[in-house]
This record gives sequence, structure tokens and C-alpha cells, in this order.
Amino acid sequence: MEGLLNDIAFIIGTTLMYSTPLIFPAIGGVITERSGIINIGLEGMMYFGAFVGAAVAYFTQDPWLGFLCAGLAGASLGLLHAIATVSFSAEQIVSGIAINFLGVGLALFISRLVFDGATQTLTVPNKIPLPLDFLFGDGRLFPSAGFMDLVFNRFATVYIAFALVLVSWFVLYRTRLGMRLRAVGEHPEAADSLGISVFKIRYGAVITSGFLAGLGGAAMSIAVVSRFNNTLISGHGFIALAAMIFGKWKPQGALLACLIFGGAKGLEIFMGAKGVPIPSSLLATLPYILTIVILIGWVGRSQPPAAIGKIFDKGED
Amino acid sequence: MTSIDFSHKAVEMIDVVKKFGDFVANDRISLTVHRGEVHALLGENGAGKTTLMNCLYGLYHPTEGTIRINGEPVRISDPNVAIRHGIGMVHQHFKLVEPFTVAENIVLGREPVRFMGILDMAEARRRVGELSSRYGLSVDPQARIEDLSVGSQQRVEILKALYRGAEILILDEPTAVLTPAEIKELIGIIRNLTKEGKSIIIITHKLHEIKQVADYCTIIRRGVFIDRVAVDAVSEHDLAAKMVGREVSFSVPKTEAEPGRVALSVRDLAVKDNRGIFAVDGLSLDLHYGEILGIAGVDGNGQSQLVEALMGLRPAAAGRIMLGERDITSASPREIIGDHMSAIHEDRQKRGLVLEFDVAENLILETYRRPPFSRCGVLSHQEIYRFGEHCIDTFDIRPQQATLTAKSLSGGNQQKVIIAREVSNNPDVLIASQPTRGLDVGAIEYVHQALVEQRDSGKAVLLISFELDEILTVADRIAVIFEGRIIGLLDASEADENRVGLLMAGGGP
Repeated sequence: MEGLLNDIAFIIGTTLMYSTPLIFPAIGGVITERSGIINIGLEGMMYFGAFVGAAVAYFTQDPWLGFLCAGLAGASLGLLHAIATVSFSAEQIVSGIAINFLGVGLALFISRLVFDGATQTLTVPNKIPLPLDFLFGDGRLFPSAGFMDLVFNRFATVYIAFALVLVSWFVLYRTRLGMRLRAVGEHPEAADSLGISVFKIRYGAVITSGFLAGLGGAAMSIAVVSRFNNTLISGHGFIALAAMIFGKWKPQGALLACLIFGGAKGLEIFMGAKGVPIPSSLLATLPYILTIVILIGWVGRSQPPAAIGKIFDKGED
Repeated sequence: MTSIDFSHKAVEMIDVVKKFGDFVANDRISLTVHRGEVHALLGENGAGKTTLMNCLYGLYHPTEGTIRINGEPVRISDPNVAIRHGIGMVHQHFKLVEPFTVAENIVLGREPVRFMGILDMAEARRRVGELSSRYGLSVDPQARIEDLSVGSQQRVEILKALYRGAEILILDEPTAVLTPAEIKELIGIIRNLTKEGKSIIIITHKLHEIKQVADYCTIIRRGVFIDRVAVDAVSEHDLAAKMVGREVSFSVPKTEAEPGRVALSVRDLAVKDNRGIFAVDGLSLDLHYGEILGIAGVDGNGQSQLVEALMGLRPAAAGRIMLGERDITSASPREIIGDHMSAIHEDRQKRGLVLEFDVAENLILETYRRPPFSRCGVLSHQEIYRFGEHCIDTFDIRPQQATLTAKSLSGGNQQKVIIAREVSNNPDVLIASQPTRGLDVGAIEYVHQALVEQRDSGKAVLLISFELDEILTVADRIAVIFEGRIIGLLDASEADENRVGLLMAGGGP
């Protein structure tokens, strides 16, 4: 009985851990797409963020500084995407593809320069901490390796991600800024005619999405693992994009979708650990297969923001 | 007329020039509106009316000229500045966020907040309720825009301007999409507003509405100021002549119809719309050779689905469509066109034309497969452009150049291309769905004449229009459609606006 309970706790725990790097970029995706700008560059922003986060955490020995710099790295690519799509009305998909190449290229290029030609960083001395660790262990509130420990003794990034979902929901639906952002994504001409700056809102939203994607990368490189390597981020940004669509462009929906994808990863690790006779390489494809299945089954029924991907032209001169 | 305060000039635009590159959209236009006045801005499509008003509302910046609001010279750099000066604008295409509620749309950009930018929607709803009762504009603050009728959406737009403290309200083509009853309601609202000392500028090309509601009228033509007149002192004919620059006839000259045998017969037709609801529900009608049958009705009573079913673009769920002796209920569009039934579709840019193709190519969209335009699957450019030139001459399409893309033509000339194509096919039955939508007086005249000519050559014409005037002037018989059924059939000679209007609203005869 206790074995089963602990198995469940293990799956929940790993689900939370692996969902977290998806939640950050998925929320970033919700924010940018709700403002009307598609950002398929999330993958490249995550990749670059994962590298910068690990590199800064390695050199400064401060995981939080690494985490912040990862966000800034993602945001800088977000700024590029915003310049291309908002200021110069570039095709958003094309710009996103370019960002994906650029993020990977920059990360690997700087990595080779800084880490003696290696496409990976060295192990960071300090990972993102476990903020509730003091509650768990022998003689403390909960025994170690018990149910509570397996579920709740998680990296700070996990809690930040969940808080982010709440905050982004509140901002989108309960504040002036959120209402304006949604209006810009649905009907930019209407927002413009009421004196709302479509330009500023979209810049803000795209840069924010880059920042969050960068954080998602760091949530992988300095929390889930303790270094960056060239295959660490492999499709996470795209899965986050799928989660956002599956979640109908809503923070709470995106969270649920990320948990499902993270759950697939959790299940994969659990079955691997239990020695289920399925080849591990096959198990590893589970999250990706799930992405395809869910998108085929659901995407037709969700309603994207009306002005998404469309070029907004003020019509003056 | 009593509410005008002549001592107070609310708006003065003096010698305003607006250029887009080399193109002069407004060439020294002046406009004065007093407090409490309803001022009409009259001109054909493309005359520069909306451009001028966009300058007043800060969406465009005038190249030259002065704008004074309440006597003070102002520089209106963006809509925010316009709003601060008490100017509000209701655009022709409403600028409403569809998934938002009425209250959200009205307060957007000036939202009541508690602290730290947290919305206070209860306060928003309260203020909207207060405004709507004060000016007699009834709307439910909690309703979603996508669930509202066009008339209600327009009220939301007006409330949006009033919420921002508008004293000067610009209405761009406000009646284009309204039913006769909604137009009456709008006129009542305008009177309420002027009583409260608001000034109204109406952009329009509809003359009888100007006569009904406006005090003064400024007429512009091709970007140039033509005249400013007191509406009482001029007739509709004078206004039309000033707007178009020549004499215009409103009544379509036509002789008594000589209906022959039945050309098209529809029996108990039922058609579903995209949501799976029966939009056409048990409709029957007979169309004879040598007549124009007009289908009057308010938008959304199944007209679009009827035309689509007739032309084979949408399957019939039940019933039968007979074209002469042939059952075409489940025929393809190509077969139907081959059987000599053609249509001028309501959305000329979507269904009527390939906008990126040139005029000559658009003219052969239905006949490209046949000689002389193609042989063995190879197009003959020589024949295609010869035919293009021929149509351009015959149907007076301007500019006279077959290689221009369809999208570079004006609406009226786009419609001429479609008419040229369909009439050249020599159809026994011609369906014209909203053929004059968005066209100006001169082009409307042309389209109406083309329909009558078609009838006079012994063909059958089915005219579907939301404009009651159009049906009354052009049709020989009038069928009124309501909720997917024909609920009344009258002779044009015995029909008048009140009778048909009542039927259109679903009222019995």
C-alpha cells in the first residue's frame, strides 16, 4: 500500500518538476499571442536562456542571478522578435523561425568560446534551492522519501511557475493592462482608436514572452539538471506552444496542458525506473506523441485571438 | 432644428489639405458645425469624406489647414487628443472587440480602476447603465458584442463616444447596415443628442436621410469642396447633382413587365447555415421570364443561404429547385452556370472576383475552359485580352485597361466587371444579390439599368436586397423573406414602404 502511494507521489513529483520548464514559456506564449503576435521562437529563447542561466550560475555561483540572466537573455531575443514583427511588420512565423536558429546558434557559439570549445557548460556549484527542504527529513515535520517529501519538496522554480499562472490570470482578466492586451489581440484598430498604444502593448508582451521562455530554459538547466548541454532543450518550446493552444490561450488551460505533458515525462521516468520492458527510447517519445495526438484532437475546437498573426497598420502615410 | 446655437462654432475646419504621397485626398476643404447642429458630409465613395473626418479625429494628420474646436485652434495628433477636445467617432466598420461585453467595450482605454490598475467592472456597468438611460440608448451592459444585433452594436459605439464626454459626434455611414426600424430609432437618438447640445456630423451618401435628419450639408467631390447648403433649401435632386457633378435620375426608366413562362421554380426549399440551423425553411417561389422578382427582407433571414443553394454552393436539406425543365437541386455550380443561371454575389471581393487577377482574367473565370479562350488546356492570351477590351468598351469599365488587377478598381467598376462577365454568359436567369452594396449613386444607376435591360431582353432576374428603396424602384413583383420563408408576395404597383416594411419585420399583411 505504502509502495503504491509512494509510486503515485513519485509520479506527481516528477510531473511537477518536468512541467515547470514548460509552464514558463507556455504562459509567455499566452501573453504574446493574446496581444496578437505569434511567437514560435519560444524554443530558441528557451535554449538561449538555458545556456545563459547555467553559464552565469557557474561563474557567479549564484543560481538566482543565473535565473534572472536567463530571463534577460530570452527577453533580448524577444526584443528582436518585437522589432521585426511589430515595428517592421515582418511575417511572424518567419521571424520566429529565425529566432529559433539564432537562439541555438548564439548559445552554442558562446558556449564554445567560454567553455573551451565544448557545447555544454560545466556543472553549476549551486542549483536553484528547494525552499521547503527544512520541513522534510528525519526528525522533522515529514519523513524523507515519504509521500509529502516526494510531492512537495520541489525546486523554487516549481512554486514560481504556479504563482506565475495565478498572477498572469489575474493580470489578464482583472486588470486594466490585461484588458487592453486582450483588446489589442482581438481588434487592434479598436484599441488604437481609443488611444491605446498597440505598439507598446505588443512590445511589452513579446519581450515578456521572451523573458518567461528564458526562465523556462533556466528552470531546466539549473533546477531539473545542473548544467546546460546541446540537447537539453529539445522541443520544449514547441511543446509549450502546443500546450498554450491546447489550453485555449488561457493561463489556466496552458497550466493543465503542461501538467499533462509533464505527466507523460513523469510516467516515462517512472516506467524506466520500474524496469517496464519497453525500450527507453520509445518511452522518451511519449510527450511528443501526446503533443501530436492532443493537437489533432483539440486544436480545431479552440478559438485563437482574432487579430493573431495579422499585420497591424495604422494606415497613416 | 430648434437646438442650434449659431453663436457657438463647435467645429471649424479651414482649408484642410490631406495628401497621401502625390495623391490629394482632401484639397482645401472647409467645414463649420455649430453647437446643437446635425451636419451632413455628403460625397460619393472615395470623395474624401472619411479622410477628412479621420483628420478631425486625429487618425490622420492634415498636410495643411487649421482646425478650431469651440473657437480654439487645436492640433489633433491622435485620437486621445480628439477625445480630450470632446470629439467622438463612430466608424462605419464598428471597432468593437467581439468577445468583450458591452461595458468592457465602452470603458476600454478609460477603465475605472480600484488601485494598482485593478479593474472595477461594477462601477463600469453602473456608469454605462446611467449613460444609456440618460440618452435613451438601451443596451445590456453585460451582453457580449458577438450576440448583439448591428443596431445595438451601433448604440454601443455611440455610448463609447459619450462615455468619453463627446460633445461632437462623427457618425460614418451610420445607416448603411441598419433596418428601416433601426434607422428611425437612430434618428430619434440623434435628436435626443442635439437637444443636449451635442453637435453631430454624419458622413453619408444617402440623400433622403440627409433630408430627414440634417440641418446643414457640406458637399465634397473628388476631394474638393463643392458647397455648403441649408438642407431645407434644397431638394434631393439638387444634392445628388452637386455630389455627382451631373444630373442623376433616381427612378429607373422601365416599361411594364411582360412576364412569360416560369424560368426558375423553387419548392419547399430548406437550407442549413454553418451552425446547422435552418436558415431557409420551406421557401417556395416562381420566377418568370421577363420579370424582376425582388426579395425584400432584413439581413440574416436566409437570403445568403438561398442564393448559395440556388447556385449550388450549399446543399439543400430538403425541397426542389427547377431551372426550366431541369432539376438542379443537387447540381454543381459549373453545371448550373452551364444551364444558364448566373449570379452576382453579395460579396464581390470574396465570391465575385479574384482580386489579384487582372480585369480580363476575371472576365473569363467561367468560360476559360472553352474555346476561344483555351484549347487543349492552354490559354489564349490574345483572345482573353481581346474579350477583355471588348467588355471594357461595352460595359464602360474604368480605367480602360484590361491588365489592371481587380483590386485596383473602385467598387462600382469591380461590380461592372462582374456584371459584364455574367451578362456575357447570356443567362436565362440572373440572380443579383445586394448588387449595389457600397456603391455610389452613379454606379447604382448603372447596375439598376443593367438589370432592367436584362429583363427587357426577356430574361428572368431575381434581385435580393436589404435596401427597400432598391426593391421598390427596380422590382416588378416583391417577395418578402422572413426567417427563411416567403411571407408575402405583392405586385410592385401595390407595394409601398409601410406595407413591405411591416412584412419585413415579420408582421402579417
